[in-house]
Amino acid sequence: MNSSNVTPFLRVQGISKRFPGVQALTDVGFDVRAGEAHALLGENGAGKSTLLKILAGAHLPDEGTIELDGRPVEIRRPVDAQALGIVTIYQEFNLLPNLSIAENVFVGREPTRGPFVDWKALNEQARAVTARVGLNMDPRRLVKDLSVAEQQMVEIAKALSMKAKLVIMDEPTSALSETEVERLFRIINDLKSHGIAVVFVTHRLDEVMHICDRLTVLRDGRLVGSSEVKDVRVDDVIRMMVGREVALHGRGGRVAKRDTAMLQVEGLTRMGDTNDPHAVRVRNVSLTAYTGEILGIGGLIGAGRTELARAIFGADPIDAGRILVNGEEVRISTPQDAIRHGIGLVPEDRKQQALFLSLAIRPNLSMTALDAITDRLGFVSGRKERELVDTYRRKLSIRMANGEQLVSNLSGGNQQKVVLARWLALNPRVLIVDEPTRGIDIAAKNEVHHLLFELAAAGIAVIVISSELPELMRLADRIVTMREGQISGEIEREQATEESLMYLFTHTKTAA
Amino acid sequence: MATATTSAGETKNNGVDLFGLLATYAPLIFLLVLMGIFAWLTPRFLLPLNLVNVMRQVSIYGLLATGMTFVILTAGIDLSIGAIVAFAGLAAAAIAKGGLANRFTAGADATEFGYGWPLAMLIAVLCGTLAGALQGFAITRLKVPPFVVTLGGMSAFRGAALLMAGGGPISGFDAGYTWWGQGYLFELPLIGRIPVPVMVFLAFAVLAHVILRYTRYGRHIYGIGGNPEAARLSGLNVRGITMSVYVIMGFMAGLSGFILSARLNSAEAVAGQGYELIVIASVVIGGTSLFGGVGTIFGTVIGTILIGVLQNGLVLNNVSPYVQQIIIGLIIVLAVAFDTFAKSRRRRA
Repeated sequence: MNSSNVTPFLRVQGISKRFPGVQALTDVGFDVRAGEAHALLGENGAGKSTLLKILAGAHLPDEGTIELDGRPVEIRRPVDAQALGIVTIYQEFNLLPNLSIAENVFVGREPTRGPFVDWKALNEQARAVTARVGLNMDPRRLVKDLSVAEQQMVEIAKALSMKAKLVIMDEPTSALSETEVERLFRIINDLKSHGIAVVFVTHRLDEVMHICDRLTVLRDGRLVGSSEVKDVRVDDVIRMMVGREVALHGRGGRVAKRDTAMLQVEGLTRMGDTNDPHAVRVRNVSLTAYTGEILGIGGLIGAGRTELARAIFGADPIDAGRILVNGEEVRISTPQDAIRHGIGLVPEDRKQQALFLSLAIRPNLSMTALDAITDRLGFVSGRKERELVDTYRRKLSIRMANGEQLVSNLSGGNQQKVVLARWLALNPRVLIVDEPTRGIDIAAKNEVHHLLFELAAAGIAVIVISSELPELMRLADRIVTMREGQISGEIEREQATEESLMYLFTHTKTAA
Repeated sequence: MATATTSAGETKNNGVDLFGLLATYAPLIFLLVLMGIFAWLTPRFLLPLNLVNVMRQVSIYGLLATGMTFVILTAGIDLSIGAIVAFAGLAAAAIAKGGLANRFTAGADATEFGYGWPLAMLIAVLCGTLAGALQGFAITRLKVPPFVVTLGGMSAFRGAALLMAGGGPISGFDAGYTWWGQGYLFELPLIGRIPVPVMVFLAFAVLAHVILRYTRYGRHIYGIGGNPEAARLSGLNVRGITMSVYVIMGFMAGLSGFILSARLNSAEAVAGQGYELIVIASVVIGGTSLFGGVGTIFGTVIGTILIGVLQNGLVLNNVSPYVQQIIIGLIIVLAVAFDTFAKSRRRRA
């Protein structure tokens, strides 16, 4: 695939990295030539971030070698990477907002006169280097007053001032407007013309086709392949990104009849923190979930799926939009309101958002359902509570010794069942499940899937958010896709393929 | 992702957590060992008279620690309690003397000017409760961390107490008033007469135990302390309940202020100084986690008695009170170190 006559500037070979419970990278290798723009692509969790962090010195690989200009190098710490001319620009910039542009560009490397900072030299040098990236601004201005695009330029100027030979950019365009993207591309072209290589992580394939020379695709922590951009089409790249077989099969033929619209969302908008350029927003989302149906919501990380779920549930305030439950408009401003109207949410992060790790299984399971087992004086009935635990232990086959065991001693799958039981005990009309099987093993995953089928069959409107395409395609009767906070498409399960979904994740409806 | 697998075992532990059991009973074991040591050093330590005396000395700490357990269970803290004790005590004393104007002039026999102990007690409790509500408001609505709010309260309420005292203590109450601090309720065989403050402490401890253990409200407190975000997403009224624990704490501080003034037959602006440290120490030594969500009233009672036994035993052995302060300081740090260790074990799931 590579034309071997060019000596690569960076060559990575045989990189493996294991985290507790997850093999993040297995025998990954790729190379970057001087002065090229190289796209690093893959689904959520494919291992891109881990690879970037290894190059940046934030993670140490378990195995593998890194060569720079043909010489093996060791990158043990971030300063090592910088000394080698590898500068990483993260999505969340690494800037000090209360310092000036000049101070940020030269932070830690300020020109000095004796023990003092030479402010004149600092500002002059900063002005020169920021001008190279097209940021013609007083270098004494504070970074916090700059726009996202301008802050990004400061980061690039900082990289230039460090004599970077390789600039790694993690999703540099995700927070930029179209014109700002154009400007960024001009800067990248300028870097390339000066022999600086750029590694570019993005989810926007059209940009890859536009700006990059070559691309490398990772999937499930392994290398799929590298290629010249001019030799491939978008469809090929998508196939490379998803290309695995769908291992799990659907529930066979059962077609949900969509006669009762249980949850209707109209024009839901949540802008979040307007000062935070990285805030994931929800823009004018409308959707309907029917009784007995599993509605899937797909999209890449940051597409706004979780934010949509939280907004519906009242966990975050909304700016606009209506929510109807069973045809009636309801006002939901807190989770309590949502629960009162029969909406439940299993959040994406079990340990941070759902479990009470310091408590036993029994109080964890009954926490939301206490009202039903509490008498008029406010006393919880011990007998009813034990019955509740027994019922769901049997129904969901939760494997535990007894209810007094700490919930933290359960496996991930059983913890998830406890969280699900908590909501089932309330007999919800709508159940939103965000990443139902994250971090749980295959067997438990299968059990959770079957449980969700049963819930839908029992007449609950189930909404499933999942980053795993096979899971989404197995569970959902219908899939709504999101991109940048908006609905980008809707597709029936029969029509859904990984390729078609990935296309919807990366293109807006209008572009499609 | 498909590559993510967890270990094969479905449950890691087949029963009740042994470490948890040890953590639950460690304070009790420590207390018994300490009592054994003191009994060996000075046999009169074990005399019923002395033990009742220990209980009477800790009863006000115990009342406060009972309230503090609610606060710390929500991962909060209240540093203002000593100041509220002084403020509420002075308020009660002034009422008993017939108002601020004649608080110094009216003698103990001049009760005809005063309003009597029931109103004095009511006002003290009201002062405390309002102070707690005020701080709870700042914590839940203005989103100021409890540490900062109650640190401010510690200064503000002490200042209010100094203003009210106007330079001197208010002393000399009628028998009905002082009974709450100095009186006895009934006599038990072998042990002797049981002081009123001890019974008040134990009664509130039992009530608090029942609330925390058996009511929905108690369950919500543990939930909010264990994981406030999960509590919110489970539909719990996080703000209201957080507010309520400061109100409860304030109520207990007000009542304690009244009982302390009754016991000393005097209320002064410097009363209750340093109580926050001893009370927080009692709660933490009793196994309640400063991180929230873990702890019992049983533990708090043991922790309170432990502090009392320590103070009493050291006094009987002629150890300087300055050294006592050093020892209590060390014990707090050790107890929290143990708590941190226990928390890391809980999290390692």
